[in-house]
Order: sequence, then structure tokens, then C-alpha cells
Amino acid sequence: MSRSAIIEVLQRDILQLQGYKFSGSTSVYDLGPMCEAFPSGAFPISSVHEFLISKPEDYSATGGFISALLSPLIHSNGAAAWISSSRKIYPPALKSFGVEPDRIIFIDLKQEKDVLWTFEEALKCNALTAVVAELSELGFTESRRLQLAVERSGVTGFVLRRESGKVNTTACLSRWRISSVASDPIDELPGIGFPRWRVEVLRMRNGKTGVWIASCIKGKLEITAEVNLTANKFSVGAKAG
Amino acid sequence: MERRYVSIWFRHLETDWFTVRYPHLAHVPFVLSAPSHGRMLITSLNPIAFAKGLHSGMALADARAIVPELEVMDEDPGLSERFLNKVAEWCIRYSPVVSADPPDGIIVDATGCTHLWGGEQPYLSDIENRLTKNGYHVRAAIADTPSGAWAVARYGKNTLVEKGRLIDELIPLPPEALRLEDETVEKLLKLGLNRIGQFINMPRSSLRRRFGVQILEKLSKIIGSDLELIEPVIPPEPYHERLPSFDPVCTAPGIAIALEHLLKNLCLRLSREQKGIRTCVLKCYRVDGKVEVIRIGTNRPTHHVQHLFKLFELKLGEINPGLGIELFVLEAPKVDPHVPVQEKMWEETGGLNDVRLSEFIDRLEARMERSSVKRYIPAERYWPERSFQTASSLQEISPNWIIDPKRPLQLLEYPEKIDVTAPVPDYPPMLFRHKGKIHNVVKADGPERIEQEWWISGGKHRDYYRVEDQDGNRYWIFRSGHYDDKNYQWFLHGYFA
Repeated sequence: MSRSAIIEVLQRDILQLQGYKFSGSTSVYDLGPMCEAFPSGAFPISSVHEFLISKPEDYSATGGFISALLSPLIHSNGAAAWISSSRKIYPPALKSFGVEPDRIIFIDLKQEKDVLWTFEEALKCNALTAVVAELSELGFTESRRLQLAVERSGVTGFVLRRESGKVNTTACLSRWRISSVASDPIDELPGIGFPRWRVEVLRMRNGKTGVWIASCIKGKLEITAEVNLTANKFSVGAKAG
Repeated sequence: MERRYVSIWFRHLETDWFTVRYPHLAHVPFVLSAPSHGRMLITSLNPIAFAKGLHSGMALADARAIVPELEVMDEDPGLSERFLNKVAEWCIRYSPVVSADPPDGIIVDATGCTHLWGGEQPYLSDIENRLTKNGYHVRAAIADTPSGAWAVARYGKNTLVEKGRLIDELIPLPPEALRLEDETVEKLLKLGLNRIGQFINMPRSSLRRRFGVQILEKLSKIIGSDLELIEPVIPPEPYHERLPSFDPVCTAPGIAIALEHLLKNLCLRLSREQKGIRTCVLKCYRVDGKVEVIRIGTNRPTHHVQHLFKLFELKLGEINPGLGIELFVLEAPKVDPHVPVQEKMWEETGGLNDVRLSEFIDRLEARMERSSVKRYIPAERYWPERSFQTASSLQEISPNWIIDPKRPLQLLEYPEKIDVTAPVPDYPPMLFRHKGKIHNVVKADGPERIEQEWWISGGKHRDYYRVEDQDGNRYWIFRSGHYDDKNYQWFLHGYFA
């Protein structure tokens, strides 16, 4: 066995020990150039992903991007939960991102503490395919518990975190920031086209960070172009990896 | 032993049922009507209407002409059967064998029961008093045969017929008391036979020749030479388990063991009957006479012991055992049919139909508020805030979600006021200011006019625009009212993804 092959096998073993699940050869996503950011070359499901939100416009952009990620996971028969203490998502709009709104179970709670408890319980319930939770605080210990829950159940978790000053370390697999950019015109027509976002991967355990442009065309996510920007501009959260 | 039967006659069964529910009907002439051959006929009437000369089978229009202040309601078909079955179940307090006797009566087999009330007269009075107190006009009679009791209750003078004296009592009654067909009764009356005594001793062969076999059957049933069978009602056994404890239980593990034991017994019975629990109540009777109650509910019928136990477990802490609990009672007030699920070789996610999902939601609802879990289905309305509604169950699916026109992913609960510069009426704005920040509009779509639903609420219509600013953020803004109205106002209503 060649040296590189041995290293590859060893790397795989390490990833498996760290809780990755390799779901065969095919992935439900076609994320194009973004795939090289992920440790196994495909978007990791059965893990918890963290999304940072700093202004209300980002909430919509992040919600849209997550919905586009949910769509192939839910497919035709799955169900997902959306847990929040201050939900502003307008259910009928989810349809344009390829998610049937009636497949989402919205859980609206009064307290942030309850959101965390429910999130963990939901992640343990393997009848759900994905769970989205809106949180403002997430400590390291709590995030570790969440990660252990998904490793056992195989549910994919998404955390929407309202950014408040300092961002602490968490055991989540990745950290993202999504913001809107000018829309993708439909057939060069004036007016607003397909939604387009700037997808910034701030942190990806065992993967790479970077910036991509994603657009959602008829409910399907298309990673169209990579923006090559100087690395020092995004040094805030990019040191992990 | 001599058999004794009580017949209870509800003189105005259906109108009494309505009067109990709408007390104002007690003092006015009141009838029920049903359509028949293109006109409304009276089907039943209350005593006041009866006293005014109305009778059942009369056309409603005629009745209204006679009694202009008549109150009329629609007949509820099947009401008398349902009601009589309920009353028959209630009458089990008087005898174990009770039968509903449609259309307006109940037969009670009182054999060997009357001495518990101190005799037959107190027995009858008790039945009559209790039913009258509840607002029903009844007459009860006791006799040796069911048909005999029936006849005496409706036509007899004396409602208590002594043993062996039934025939004497029947002699002065009209032939209707035999429950004969109208045709036969008419024939008898035409021949001048207007009392049973006039033909009860006629030779059987001549009676049969002229009036058919039926009259002979009825006669032999009423005098008791033929046995008449009654079909007793069997009340459904409540879903109910009890567990008395020898020593008072006051520890949490003790309560948990008792609960598990009760659940096992109840679920065993439920699974045999293919039923599942929807609500379940645990009552703990304490030594000092207080009762501690906890209750749970489920989203789909289940008889899964572990799942139900888990739901109760979240609430076991609410039980205060005090000095100890001496009796546990588990009741299931609401059960639904439970269709067993096909066992699967390979486990797969069943989505919304998955039992594990509904079990998760049950646990959640047991801990949080019940209203916190929602699923939405579309409502056919254009007004954005009302275009979806809560689904009633996990299985309710609707495929008709609308994609076009586009709606924002984030909708503000209350639209926020913005300042707008728009060039000409009905053109999209050039810029708008929201919370002190100026957004230059680069691209825009619209307007989309959404009118108020005038049958719900008044107010101005909204002209919506989708706009994108210089940073690439997309907004949903609207102008409330016409441009040439002096007091129109612009609002920000949502953020597109």
C-alpha cells in the first residue's frame, strides 16, 4: 500500500472515531465547488451545524439557505422540526425553497431554556430527518450533548444563533454566515430574480473554510461561483479547522 | 317465580328532550316537524300543543293557522332510539335486565327486584319521580307480561296490576292496547269490538279467519301463554383499573410500580379490543381522603405501555402522597380505535406517520404547553397573515401550497412604518428609510394589490412591492391605501431570503 493510501485510510478512521458517518458513496446534495470544504467531500449530515445571524436580513437569508438544504433531506416522506422562542418564519414561503410547509412541525416555546431541552429531545428522535433551532446562547457543554445525540440518532441539526458580541467555541461541526447578495436575474429580465446568497464557512472541523455564492433556482441549491477574497479579511472565525 | 315486568311510557319523548335543553319551550306550544311529500308534517308535540287540539301527522301550516304562537323545530331522526338506549342503561339501577322498547318506551324485567324498594308501588313511584324530576312526562306500569305492562301503562286506569289479575285489567281496554296494526284495529272497531273483553274469549279459529294470525299471537303474549323475550341492553364497560394497596404508598418508586401495573392491565385489555388511549387519568386516593389527579393526552391512539408510562413519568412529581396512598385508579375517558401497524423488517423513517414522532410530540406536550406544537396547512385566502391555518392532526396533508406570487420567508408580526420616496403613483419606490437607515432600491417588482377581506374586517387595501436594495437584501413593502389618498402610509412587512 502506498504512503498516501495509508494516510487516507488513517484519516478516514480518525474521522469515524470523531463521530462522522459515511453515508455510502452518493450524497443527497450536489453542492458543486463547495464540496471540497467538507471533510469527506460531501455535506455532512447527522451532525450539528451552526449559523450566525447579525441582522434581520440575515435571518431570512439563513432561513432560505437552510430550507434549501432541508429540501433533499425531507425529500418526499421525511419530517423536520423548527424550534424557536421567537419565530418569524412565514410557513407558506418555505414551498419556494423546495420544502412542503406541512412537513415542518413548528414548536414555539416561551423560554430559551425550553428550546434547548426540546432541541436535544428532537435530535434524539430518529423519526425526524432534521431539526432547526433558534438560539442566542449555546455553551460548549450543551453543544457537546447535541453532537452526541445526533451521532446516535442520525438526525441533522441546524442552529440559528443570533450573534451577540463575542462568539464562544462550540462542539458543532461547522459555523456559517449567510448574507443576501443581489439576486440572480431570470432570463436577463428586470425585476427580482432567484434568491442569491454569500455563503461563508467560518469553521469546518477537518475541512476547509471559504466563501461561495449560492443561489436557489426553483427550489434547488446551486453553488455557482467561488469568490476568491483575501484570507485575512475573514480571519475572525477562520482560525479553526 | 312469577315474572313481573315494568313498562315505562314516555308520553312526549322527543319534545321533552328538547325542552330539557331549551327550558323556555316548557311554557309554549311546541312541535317537531319533518318534511314529507313536499310539506312539513308534525311528528311530535308537547302537552300544551296537544291541549290546543293539535295532533301528530297534521300539516304544519294548518297547525300554525290554529296556534299562531307555535314554536317549531326540526325533527332529529334516530333521536328516540339513541335516547331510549341511554335511559335503558340508566335504568339498570332498577333491574339487571332492561330493554329499550322503541318508539317511546322501556321494558324493565322487575322479577325479584321490587322488594329492595319496599314493594311494587314504591318501586313504580321511584321510577316515575326520578324521570319526572328530570323533565320527562312518563307513566310506568307493572304487570305479569311485557305486553301486558305496555298496554296498562298506556291505556289502563290502574298502573299496578296484581299477580294473576292481568286479564281483568285488560278487559275494558281498547283493541289498540294489543299493539295491533292500524288496519286490524280499524276492522275491529268497525265491527263494534271496541274493548278487548268483547273478543278475548272468542274461538281462536274465527278470530284467525277474520283478523289474521297476528291477533292470536298478540293475545297469547299478553296473557302470558306464549313467552315474550326481551333483549337486554349491555352497557359498555368503562376503561378503568383499580389497585388498592395493603399499606399506604408514599414513595415515588412505589407510585411508579403501581402505575406500571395498572397500565399493563389496561393496555392488555385495550390491545385485545384494538383500542388505543387518547386521554388517561391517574387518581391517587390518599389516606386522609384527598385525591391526587394527574392526566395525560396523546396525539394518536396508543396502548404502548412504555410510552404511556413515560408521559406519566413527567408528571409523577406533581403527586403529593401526604401520609400515603391507599388506592390507585387508572381511567381512560377517551379511547379511539387503534389499527395495529404492520411490523417491518427494516426500520425506516415513516415521516409524519411515524409512531416515534407522535410519541415525541406527546412527551413534548406533556412537558410544555399543548399549544406550542403546530403544523400548518394552506388556507384559501390572499390576505398574507391569514393564508395558512393550523392542521388538526399529524396526518392532515394538503398539497396545495402556492408558490406564485412570491412571499417573504420572514414576515413581521406587525408591519413597521417606513419613509418612502416614490416618483409617480404606482411606481415602485426609489428609496426608503427604515430605522434610520436609507435603502436605495435597485430592483423592484410590483405592485401586487391585496384587498381587505371585507366580510371579516374593514380598512385599506395594500399595494405590495418586492424591492432589492444596494446591498442585495430583499424586502416586502406595501402602501396602505391609494396614492392620491392624503393619509396613505408605507410599511415594511417582511424580508425575502
